[in-house]
Amino acid sequence: MAMNPDYELVVIGGGPAGLGAAAAAYDAGLRRILLVERDLEAGGILNQCIHNGFGLHIFKEELTGPEYAGRIIDEIRERGIACLFDTMVLSLEDLGGVKRIGLMSMTEGYRHVTAATVVLAMGCRERTRGAIQTPGTRPSGILTAGTAQRYVNMEGYQVGRRVIILGSGDIGLIMARRMTLEGARVLACVEIMPYPGGLSRNIVQCLEDFGIPLLLSHTISRIEGRRRVEAVTVQKVGEDRRPIPGTEEVFEVDTVLLSVGLIPENELSRAAGIKMDPLTGGPYVFENLETSIPGIFACGNVLHVHDLVDHVTKESRRAGKAAAERVLGEKAGGDAPVIPLLPGPGMGYVLPQKIRKEDFEDSIRVFFRVREPRMTPGRILVRDGEKVILSARRPYMLPGEMDYVDLKPEILSAVTGDHLTLAVES
Amino acid sequence: MKEITCIICPQGCRLRVDEDRDFEVTGNRCIRGVSYGKSEVRNPVRILTSTVRIKNGSHPRLPVKSDRPLPKEDLMEAMAVLDEVELEAPVNRGDVILEGILGTSVNIVATRDMAK
Repeated sequence: MAMNPDYELVVIGGGPAGLGAAAAAYDAGLRRILLVERDLEAGGILNQCIHNGFGLHIFKEELTGPEYAGRIIDEIRERGIACLFDTMVLSLEDLGGVKRIGLMSMTEGYRHVTAATVVLAMGCRERTRGAIQTPGTRPSGILTAGTAQRYVNMEGYQVGRRVIILGSGDIGLIMARRMTLEGARVLACVEIMPYPGGLSRNIVQCLEDFGIPLLLSHTISRIEGRRRVEAVTVQKVGEDRRPIPGTEEVFEVDTVLLSVGLIPENELSRAAGIKMDPLTGGPYVFENLETSIPGIFACGNVLHVHDLVDHVTKESRRAGKAAAERVLGEKAGGDAPVIPLLPGPGMGYVLPQKIRKEDFEDSIRVFFRVREPRMTPGRILVRDGEKVILSARRPYMLPGEMDYVDLKPEILSAVTGDHLTLAVES
Repeated sequence: MKEITCIICPQGCRLRVDEDRDFEVTGNRCIRGVSYGKSEVRNPVRILTSTVRIKNGSHPRLPVKSDRPLPKEDLMEAMAVLDEVELEAPVNRGDVILEGILGTSVNIVATRDMAK
């Protein structure tokens, strides 16, 4: 490297992924680390997820979101890792080794820092009404569930009194309960698919506990209201997910909450020229979570949308450690032959998408989501050409539940083909 | 006979719990459904999480939780009690905000630090 960068590692994002990566990089030997966060404080989405149920794997107890955030923020403070808050990363460039990061803040203005490695941990954002193209007028009172969550839990606003929720993702379910506890009436949760998007625990504790109906295979086909939402039309949908004429039912509501999916926030990654996987919405990564640009790593929801923050924490620790190994020259990487890992029949996505064929010391954990729910036992198969090299039984499979298999070093060393596929046994 | 959804794992078995036959559980696909079904019908409890007002803090609301589960039917009443609470920053994570809510031995505690 011609020039000496300002930092060994810059972490972009101060949510659970960024915090986990920074702490792990420190523990692996890095000291010149900078974490950049656009909000006024660290913790990311955890700060507004005031409900409990986080941390069973990592902390062996059920924590609320703010408690989980507090613990991992403590880990950053104990290590004395530098953090910049209220600072937006505007650009990321690879200058042939050294990375240049453009920062913007009220106090410092626009400036650049350089780093040997970067960990992308920008998280994801919610799909909006625009993404699902609901017909009707454009009154106030239509919010994503996460926006409503921030207003209610952090800023202390009640966002509506008669509420309908479109989509049965976990944030929507959690908000159904939250709005009810705060005195609103939630009339229904409407889901276009024939099965719910969120965890069954949330269906029970957020809807059934409060007698809120879950309308599967239904959608909101029209929103009405001049200044504020006044009513929505709900319709049953057919197998083609189109509304069935004659099934219209009108709900008088003042608020529509949308919980219709999450999108990894990768504008910065794309502009940097990092290659993306259309199936995950995040970068392609190698087994060490390195993207197509050497020295840039990705973890957490910017890489693929997770269901459990504990999975994010574990993944981010791997990314932080891998960045440290790159800086300290412990892993050569780069030139080894690459085995692509491809999603086969029944598979929504697999990650990592590429494995470098080198001396395999550890198992490689492969994450995946299946495409369709299946409530009967089945098998996940990993194939090297036609040959099955791993077969894992599952009592059931759900797209809403991220799953994984571990590929052991002896399996990987024996691979002879030019790619591997992961599929659901038909 | 009560019908509930098991929440121990994502399979979500429909459990039938018979109060007249010592809370006998059927419909479970694994053993864990039995203890869940019994306790959920006998004595359903939930951890309550919410927020309370806070003055001079970095945010206008402080997130809190019950340090142990409360009976499910008491949740709305507990919310009404929390609605009356107003604190002053600073507060630390784990501080007891309210002792023995609704005459129980359950405390309401802060779930984050909030500086002035």
